Amino acid sequence: MKFKGKVWKFGDNIDTDAIIPARHLTTTDPAELARHCMEDIDPEFALKVGTGDIIVAGENFGCGSSREHAPIAIKAAGISCVIARSFARIFYRNAFNMGLPIFESAELWDRVTGGQHIEADGGGGKIIIVGSEAQPLSIEPIPPFMQELIRHGGLMRHITVKKQQSQGRK
Amino acid sequence: MGMTITEKILREHTDLKELHSGMLINARVDVALGNDITAPFAIEEFRKAGGTEVFDRDRVILVPDHFTPNKDIQSAAQCKVLRDFVSEQNLSHSFEGGTVGIEHVLLPEQGLVLPGDLVIGADSHTCTYGALGAYATGVGSTDLAAVMLTGEAWFKVPESMKIVLHGSLRRWVSGKDLILHIIGRIGVDGARYRAMEFTGDTIARLGMADRFTMANMVIEAGAKNGIFIPDAVTEAYVRERARRKWRFYDSDPDAVYASTLDVDVSRIEPQVAFPPLPSNTRGISEVGEIRIDQVVIGSCTNGRIEDLRVAAGLLKGREAAPHVRLIIIPATPGIYRAALQEGLLEIFINAKAVISPPTCGPCLGGYMGILADGERAVATTNRNFIGRMGHPGSEVYLASPAVAAASAILGRIAGPDSL
Repeated sequence: MKFKGKVWKFGDNIDTDAIIPARHLTTTDPAELARHCMEDIDPEFALKVGTGDIIVAGENFGCGSSREHAPIAIKAAGISCVIARSFARIFYRNAFNMGLPIFESAELWDRVTGGQHIEADGGGGKIIIVGSEAQPLSIEPIPPFMQELIRHGGLMRHITVKKQQSQGRK
Repeated sequence: MGMTITEKILREHTDLKELHSGMLINARVDVALGNDITAPFAIEEFRKAGGTEVFDRDRVILVPDHFTPNKDIQSAAQCKVLRDFVSEQNLSHSFEGGTVGIEHVLLPEQGLVLPGDLVIGADSHTCTYGALGAYATGVGSTDLAAVMLTGEAWFKVPESMKIVLHGSLRRWVSGKDLILHIIGRIGVDGARYRAMEFTGDTIARLGMADRFTMANMVIEAGAKNGIFIPDAVTEAYVRERARRKWRFYDSDPDAVYASTLDVDVSRIEPQVAFPPLPSNTRGISEVGEIRIDQVVIGSCTNGRIEDLRVAAGLLKGREAAPHVRLIIIPATPGIYRAALQEGLLEIFINAKAVISPPTCGPCLGGYMGILADGERAVATTNRNFIGRMGHPGSEVYLASPAVAAASAILGRIAGPDSL
């Protein structure tokens, strides 16, 4: 479970209205939500971001509403994973349920600048800053259950796959 | 080892004998809630997983309150998904047109959530029901879908934070001021993942409306749930509404808390949270001269009849300043009717207010009072993030109904003592 991409850096308390403003919640279409991702803090974010890029943020990322449109917008915008100092709890839960990998790292934010490339190894529990001589940073590895959930693309698909597997064995 | 009320309620909804903070548990859910923004996703996921029938048609409650009356074609389509599902599943509680109210005010008012319940809702302000002594927390649509299928949800048992409130409230200080003050002290992630348990001698003197307002905003400190120990005030509120049994829980004297916050309420003046975070609080005396364009009195935080009475008391015989758009939103049809019968609506109309049907509308920048670039609003709502009520260049200042009404009259942020 490795992710490699360009860093987009954000500060503390990035709320769900910043991630996807409520005025766009009249749709559940991921592509449409992606077009408005982060638009109130960076109107061109959706245009600039590339597939596989990584969001690095400060404390309490995803605070505010329970809208699942937030992790969906981030994932559909092409972001491969989010690494923050900490996450708000509903967002944390939603991200895994949606199959968006997220990691907590107390150190990364101070060590990386926007535009640098990093490689996050979710299974091995480390982050490498590409082109840097520094030691890899360690992160809490994603538990195997969560890795499987992400591989299946989220909680509901995971439940469906599991159900099919158990029926196949019968 | 003693247990907190939060731990006891969670344990009662599992088959476990022992339960403590940090444990991952699967728990039975008493009520699962969704709205017109979150339910369509949940319904889609429910069907994709092969769902044909919800686990219990009495216990799944879907309320189209955010963008209703339908604000545009897209939101109309989303509301239709919800309505069609309610009808297809023959859900026992359905809300349509003139029976729609703001979910977190409506459900307690109708006796649909009760003390001792375990409630999940695909809306972050589901934590409101903690005021009744229930365990209630917000989740995403996928978690709602899973509960609609199975009647169960997984939780990590939270640590509890004890908030001890003591002393007497000053005039014009309400539950809103207390919770804003607390969020100002601990920050927007000060209770992250935790239960906020409110205790102390002040609580007995707080009515249910103040308690609902306080529990409603614990999510603004990052908490998983907020909770009050039920008492005679709770009993009186529930007795006339409940149509099923309820149960009171209490915390043990030797229960374990992660931290304790002591609040002398007699030192608190009316509070205002400056943009862009609910933790940016100041006392009303420190606000300075801030001209405003709009005032919103309503929402799941402060749209109850008690809130409207406070506003009407100040607005009686007065008018909103000519440059201020005053929008008043009774949170439920029941509150609307009470406001009509008590003569409050007449006071509001005379004060040049707009009276909106029950809706979440402007609180989340949906509709019914959107701000233009550079405009400022005082709102009794719960969030003041960038762009929350409209243009990213607009600003929202959070306050109590008393401060909101006084500000509307004076055209600047001000407390009732300035009138």
